[in-house]
Amino acid sequence: MEISDIMILAIIVTSLATFLSRFLGAITSEKVSVKSKIFQWFNCVAYSTLAALIGRMIIFPAGVLSDSDLIFRLIVLASCILVFIIFKRNLVMPTILSAFLLAFLNNI
Amino acid sequence: MINSKVFFRGLKSLKGVRSPAIPLAACFIALGALLKDAGFNLQQSAASSFFTYALPGQLVMAESLLVGASLINIFIAVWLVNFRLYPMTVSLFPLLKHKSQPKWKYYLSCHFLAVTSWLIAKDSYKKIDQRYRIDFWMGIGFGTWTTAVLMTSIGYLLSDYLNKDMMIGLAIVNPVYFFCMMIDAMKNISISIAVIGGTILGPGVYLFSTEWAILFAGLIAGTVAFLFGVKNGN
Repeated sequence: MEISDIMILAIIVTSLATFLSRFLGAITSEKVSVKSKIFQWFNCVAYSTLAALIGRMIIFPAGVLSDSDLIFRLIVLASCILVFIIFKRNLVMPTILSAFLLAFLNNI
Repeated sequence: MINSKVFFRGLKSLKGVRSPAIPLAACFIALGALLKDAGFNLQQSAASSFFTYALPGQLVMAESLLVGASLINIFIAVWLVNFRLYPMTVSLFPLLKHKSQPKWKYYLSCHFLAVTSWLIAKDSYKKIDQRYRIDFWMGIGFGTWTTAVLMTSIGYLLSDYLNKDMMIGLAIVNPVYFFCMMIDAMKNISISIAVIGGTILGPGVYLFSTEWAILFAGLIAGTVAFLFGVKNGN
């Protein structure tokens, strides 16, 4: 098989594996009522799974981010959260700041 | 069929001081550049975001291909890393349900489910009449999804001009955005425990099991948060 064929198959396989979870979620949702306990459980699990993913992205990042120091990533995160709170939950400012701040800290 | 007024209201969530466009652009530009490095062409890179639209899974795919993993192994690795989309869908779609709406809207629009669109929808669904919430969701989803596909292509084309410091800068934007949105979502004790517990357990469990860390951490912290909420009548 040609390498480009393998790449196309990999894209298809990745898409199917991803859509599977979304579609099963849509099917399950038909039977779940907003007022049920099971909905509240799913809600808590969804938030904590997401938080786990984000925590891992900061502490044990994959890709280029792993070439930056952990202490710098934590400084950037803390400063941006502070900016987010000070500027009435504006999201544009902390996100732009984060890119420049980490690129700067990584260079000193 | 689709209430266009509500759909465009969802689409407009890309604008303003709470816009997700910057973090989305940052991470998908970085992904486009990374896919070029991994040997994908422009069409394949755009198609990957078009059909998958879930960044951690796309990263796993690129990394797995580089080490020569089989298609079955790629399927399992991606399924594991993107399984979070299952509890995320079940914790959002019941809020968008209405008996007058056709099922195809739900089956098709679940493709738009990703961390960014989910956080926006959870943050703003209450402002929309229950009957048209699915149209609002389709607006949010369509906007974030098309931004992702477009930015992947731009990242691919810009990759020669992006140096390592710029790539590192782009890569931190998304986790920072997610973190701020999560802090905003901590409006009751259950969600606060879920978020704090998950943030600590995620990297904690990762030390013991890299593949299962996110799912285990999510399940444990989420269940503890739920039980705490039940006990306190929340």
